[in-house]
Amino acid sequence: MNGALLQILLSGVAAGCIYGLIALGFVLIYKATETVSFAQGELMMLGAFAALALMTVLGFPYWLAVPSAIGAMALLGLAVERVVIRPILGQPAFSIVMLTIGIGYVARGAVTMIPGIGTDTHALPVPYKDEVRRLGALVLNVEQLVVIVVTAALSAALYALFRYTRIGVAMQAASQNQFAAYCMGIPVRRLNGLVWALAAAVAALAGLLLAPITFVHANMGFIGLKAFPAAVVGGFGSLPGAIVGGLVIGVVESLAGFYLLEGFKDIAAYLVVLLMLMLRPNGLFGESLRKKV
Amino acid sequence: MRFLFKTSYAQDIRLARHGGDVATYAALGAALLAAPWVLEDYGLAQLTFVLIYGVIGLGLMLLAGYTGQFSLGHAAFVGVGAYAQGALTNAGWPFPLALAAAGVLAAAVGVVVAVPALRLKGIYLGIATLAFGFIVEEGLARWESVTGGNAGMHVKAPAMFGWVLDSAGSFYGLCLGVAVAATLGCLNLLRSPTGRAFVAVRDSEVSAQSLGIHLARTKTLAFAIASALAGVGGALYAHKLRFISPDQFNILQSIDLLLMIVIGGLGSVHGAFLGAIFLITMPQLIAAAKDVLPEAVAQAPGLQGLVYGLVLIGFVLFEPQGLYGRWLKVRTWFELFPFYRRGMFRRGKSFQKSERLR
Repeated sequence: MNGALLQILLSGVAAGCIYGLIALGFVLIYKATETVSFAQGELMMLGAFAALALMTVLGFPYWLAVPSAIGAMALLGLAVERVVIRPILGQPAFSIVMLTIGIGYVARGAVTMIPGIGTDTHALPVPYKDEVRRLGALVLNVEQLVVIVVTAALSAALYALFRYTRIGVAMQAASQNQFAAYCMGIPVRRLNGLVWALAAAVAALAGLLLAPITFVHANMGFIGLKAFPAAVVGGFGSLPGAIVGGLVIGVVESLAGFYLLEGFKDIAAYLVVLLMLMLRPNGLFGESLRKKV
Repeated sequence: MRFLFKTSYAQDIRLARHGGDVATYAALGAALLAAPWVLEDYGLAQLTFVLIYGVIGLGLMLLAGYTGQFSLGHAAFVGVGAYAQGALTNAGWPFPLALAAAGVLAAAVGVVVAVPALRLKGIYLGIATLAFGFIVEEGLARWESVTGGNAGMHVKAPAMFGWVLDSAGSFYGLCLGVAVAATLGCLNLLRSPTGRAFVAVRDSEVSAQSLGIHLARTKTLAFAIASALAGVGGALYAHKLRFISPDQFNILQSIDLLLMIVIGGLGSVHGAFLGAIFLITMPQLIAAAKDVLPEAVAQAPGLQGLVYGLVLIGFVLFEPQGLYGRWLKVRTWFELFPFYRRGMFRRGKSFQKSERLR
C-alpha cells in the first residue's frame, strides 16, 4: 500500500465517521419508535449553529460551547418528541416521515431568519483548526483525527450505555417490544423522549465534528441524505451497523473520487445502497425479518 | 339534504354519484374552458402549472395514496419525461408522438425501479427511490451529448401537423386536454379490478395476496402508471418552461411533490389537484405577505421552506386527510346543517403494525 492510498482511506474513514454518527441518530430513533426521522441532518446543522452562536455571540470558550450546544440540542430533541411526534405515534409511517420532513424544512427556514448569521457560511473557530501531524510519508489532518477518535469514543460510550446501565437496558427492551416493556413497568413514552434527546445530541456532536471540515451553513444538513445509505448498508436496526455502514460509504466514496470518473463520487453512496438492497435487503447487520400472518 | 337510493350495482361504479355532481363538474369544465378568454397571461400560466402538477400528482397519488408505495425520487421520472420530450421535439418529432414516447420511456424507467423495489417495504423502498433519484439527476447532468449537462437545454414549442402551439392560450388548452384525459383515465382505473387491487395492496399485502392478487405485477403496474404520468407531466413542464436543467429535478422537487399530495389529501383524486393549487399559489401568498412582514423575516431565503414545513406539520397533526378531507367535512357540515357531529369522520385509531418479528 502506498502513501496516497492510505491518505485517501484516512479521509474516507473520517467522512464515514460523520455519516455513521448521523446514521446512528436514525437508527436510535428507528429502534425506539419505528419511525424514520428525515430531520436528522437538520438537527446536525442546528447543533453546529448553536455552537457557533455560543462562541461568537456569547463569547463562550470552545470547551464550554461544545457541551452546552450538545445539551441544548438534547433539550430540543426532547421538546420535538413531546410536541409533534408523540401525538401522532401509531399513525402510518408515511405521515411521520412527512412530519419529520416538515421539521427539517422548518429548521432550515428558521435558521435563515437569523439576521446576519443564517444566510452566510461560517468557519467554526476550533482550537485544532488547520493543524497537521506528519507520520512518515503520511500527512494526518488533525480535524480528521479528531473525528475518528471522538466517533470511536462515542461508540464505546453508547455500547457501555446499552450494555451496563439500567436506562440503556430499558431502552433496548422498549425497542424490542414496546408492549411487553410497558407491561414490565418501563416508562416507554418517557424513554422515547430520551431516545430523541440522545439522537439529537449525537447529531449535534456530528455537526460539531463536521463544522471545521466543511464550514457551517444552513444547507449543511443535506449531508444527512448520505447517512441514509449508511444506515441501510449497516442494517437499519443495528447500532454498530450504522457506524460500519458509514465507514463503508465514506471509504467507497473517497476511493470512487480518486479512481473513477468525475461525478461518481457524488453517487457512489447511492449505487452502494442500491446494490445492497438488491443483494441483502436487511443490510450487513440487520436481523432477517419475515412477516407472519 | 340528499338521500341516495341505490337501485342497481352499476350505481356503485358510476363516476358521478348524482345529478348535483354532474352539474358541479360541468360548471368547473366550463370555467376551465373559458379561462383563456377571462384570465390574463399571468393567471393563465399559473393555471397551466396547476394542470401540469396535477397530472404529475395524479400519478404519485396512485402510487402513494392508493397503492401505498411511496417514492422519494419522483422528480427523476418527471426529469426523464422532460428530457425525452425536449430531445425528441428538438429532433423534429411531432408533439403527440414525442409525448407518448416520453410517457413510455418514463414508465420503462419506473419498471426498472420497481423490480428491485418489489422486495422492499416502507422506508427501504423510500431510500431505494431516493438513491435512484440522485443517480438519474447525476446522469442527466453528465450525459452532455443529449441533455446539454448542467448548462441545461432549450425546448421548442410543441408542434403537430404543421400547427405550432406557441401562444399561452393554445398551450393551456393542450394541458387542459391532457389533464382531463389523465383524470378520467385514473378515475376509470380506480373503479376497475386493477384499481381495487391497488387499494387492497395498500391496506394489507397479506390479505391482498390471499385474495389472489399478484403483488409483484400490481406494484410494478402502479410504478409504471405513476412514472408514465410523471413523464407526461414532465414533458408538458419542459414545453411550458422552454428551458430545463438537471437541478429542476432534484430531491427538493421530489419532496415538494410528496408534500403536494399529502397536503392535497392522500387517497383522493381531488387531492392531487388541490395540492397542485396549494403548491402553485403558496409562493404568491408568501410574496404578498412579504410586504407586511419585518425586513429580516421577509428577506430570508428560507421563508418559503419555513411556511411549507409549518403547513405540512399542521396538516399531518391536525388534518391527515388533507385539503380534500377538510372540504368533505365542511361540505357535510352544510349538508346536514344542524346535525353535524364532531366525531363523524373519526376513524378507529389505526395502530402502526410493526414490521419486526414479535
